[in-house]
Amino acid sequence: MRDTQAAPLVQVEGLKMYFPVHTGILRRHTGNVKAVDDVSFAIHQGETLGLVGESGCGKSTVGRALLRLYEPTAGRVVIDGEDIATLSHEALRRKRPTMQMVFQDPQASLNPRMSLSAIIAEPLTEHTKLTAAQRQNRVYELMDQVGLNRRFANRFPHEFSGGQRQRIGIARALALNPKLIVCDEPIAALDVSIQAQVVNLLEDLQDTLGLTYLFISHDLSMVRHIADRVAVMYLGRIVELSPRDDLYARPLHPYAEALLSAVNEPDPDRAKTRKRILLKGDLPSPANPPVGCNFCTRCPKVFARCLTEKPALVQVEPGRQVACHLFETIHPATGSTGGSEAKEHLQHGVTQ
Amino acid sequence: MLTFTLRRLLLAIPTLLFISLIIFLLVDLAPGSPMSEIPLTVPPEVRQKMIAALGADQPVFVRYILWLRQFFWVEPAYLLDGWFGTDLAGDQQRILSWQSRSPVFTVIGQRIPQTLTVIGTAYLVGILIAVPIGIYSAYRQYSLFDQLGTFVAMIGFSVPTFFTGTLFIIIFAVWLGWFPTKYDTTLEVTDWASFIRQMQQMAMPVMVLGLANAAAISRYMRSSMLENMGQDYVRTARAKGMTERTVVLKHVLRNSMIPVVTVIALGIPSIFGGAIITENLFGVNGIGAALIGAIHASDLPMVQTLAFIFAVLIVGFNLIADILYGFLDPRIRYD
Repeated sequence: MRDTQAAPLVQVEGLKMYFPVHTGILRRHTGNVKAVDDVSFAIHQGETLGLVGESGCGKSTVGRALLRLYEPTAGRVVIDGEDIATLSHEALRRKRPTMQMVFQDPQASLNPRMSLSAIIAEPLTEHTKLTAAQRQNRVYELMDQVGLNRRFANRFPHEFSGGQRQRIGIARALALNPKLIVCDEPIAALDVSIQAQVVNLLEDLQDTLGLTYLFISHDLSMVRHIADRVAVMYLGRIVELSPRDDLYARPLHPYAEALLSAVNEPDPDRAKTRKRILLKGDLPSPANPPVGCNFCTRCPKVFARCLTEKPALVQVEPGRQVACHLFETIHPATGSTGGSEAKEHLQHGVTQ
Repeated sequence: MLTFTLRRLLLAIPTLLFISLIIFLLVDLAPGSPMSEIPLTVPPEVRQKMIAALGADQPVFVRYILWLRQFFWVEPAYLLDGWFGTDLAGDQQRILSWQSRSPVFTVIGQRIPQTLTVIGTAYLVGILIAVPIGIYSAYRQYSLFDQLGTFVAMIGFSVPTFFTGTLFIIIFAVWLGWFPTKYDTTLEVTDWASFIRQMQQMAMPVMVLGLANAAAISRYMRSSMLENMGQDYVRTARAKGMTERTVVLKHVLRNSMIPVVTVIALGIPSIFGGAIITENLFGVNGIGAALIGAIHASDLPMVQTLAFIFAVLIVGFNLIADILYGFLDPRIRYD
């Protein structure tokens, strides 16, 4: 293992992903859906960063823009020393083996007309010079790794169950020995009993292959299980980025607090004493976010400054970054942001 | 797959028998018959003999059964005799055209090559134009090319062939003088010069029909491509780092071809049916022209036989399309 204090494997700075809105007869560009608005974070080699938030907060968009499956509107995405966001298409294609993705819907994300072995072997034909026999061996090897029977090699995706299909998706992602895997809600489409299997498989693979994960999920307990650090997103922005244990023990941002209070407690006695923070109102439209803090319309601790000024993501405690005016006033030393459009320089703090 | 095919073929028998009955009755019970065209000056007993000679004095069901026997038994026997020199048919009565008194199948045999060359080429040209246009239109949706493709397709859809055909004749034959106005059926391709002449006289009917065919197929191709372009597995292919070429031509196109191939297969019977209007317009003496001629002359056996052959072709190509579907889409298995 390399020294984790060295340059992080993934460094995202000021990532913006706007989808243009065209209206009227002339389809004029009248606005933007700010799916991801100025997001910065870093992921270190061998680490799992959890990315949580409610539906529509832009977490999947972050994952896709990170691998440039979308063309980001602005920002830098440095993966393994190269800025993905500005690479030429051909260079990007050559770079793809280092970064792979496991998709949410294991049925739709596999080509229905290709057999399992063709699906896994395809990137090998494109990016390596293996012979057909070597490729087939590698396919078998990968199938063993993800726990698929070798007899299934010539079957088609529709002949598998959901969990097996997700294993195919993982084997496919692993084929080229990637360093980074973006897991975009890999377990959301699976039965609960299968979810644990897949998550354990991902963990085992991380241990044996030294993988780095960006684990996108809305399942807070699953993220708690797998992630080292967790980023909480709300309406296109990261509101809190903290080590897992700190976050789950004592969330700082009011939204993170409310979100975590929604986690079910299996112990009925403790569940009785659990305090649910119920947020009022609806998620504002990402096409027209509030002028001030994105959370100001629903925040239980809102005050005057929140309505006019966007808080920046700043380090408030060692390793913990929060975007909230409440904490900036407590820690003025780190909170000099200089206005709402301040460029957020990434402060990748201490890792565990 | 084999059991499926056999089961479908067995099921086709009652279907076709039913269709044949409907066709026979429809044509037979429709007003107008050659008998009504016998002049009134002909004495009644002569008239009776003429009707009897055509076999038209029998009740409709007797004629239907006789026609069935001729179609399914006598005519195949003659076909085999023709191929292998056997004598299965003896000298049994064939289906005779009331117009020419010659066997219907002889007429069809004379007409079908014309139709297949002209209409078949037009269909092929239509597919060859439509598929690339459909692919590129979908890949660059709402681009100038796509808009243009949509416009041309709309023209192909909405302007009938008798109009485009006439327009083509005026522009290319009358004004420019590039092509002959009429198709010469007697032309035989023996050398290079006659081949050029054949190409010239085929150009206009092929383009007119090709445009009409391409309009429909390119729209199917485009919408099918668009549907697949947005699928998750396409994103997977891009994430794998495949080239755009592989993504579009391998992943998207192969999946998009499934419905398009069905549409193309189902369109093939219409080639044999001939494009009645186009054949008449350009004077291509094909099967469509034969059908129109037979309808004009109330040549019932000819119309019944041709209509039934089209029905057989449609049922047959439906089956072929279904079997193709099974080959193209691994999710569909017939067993």
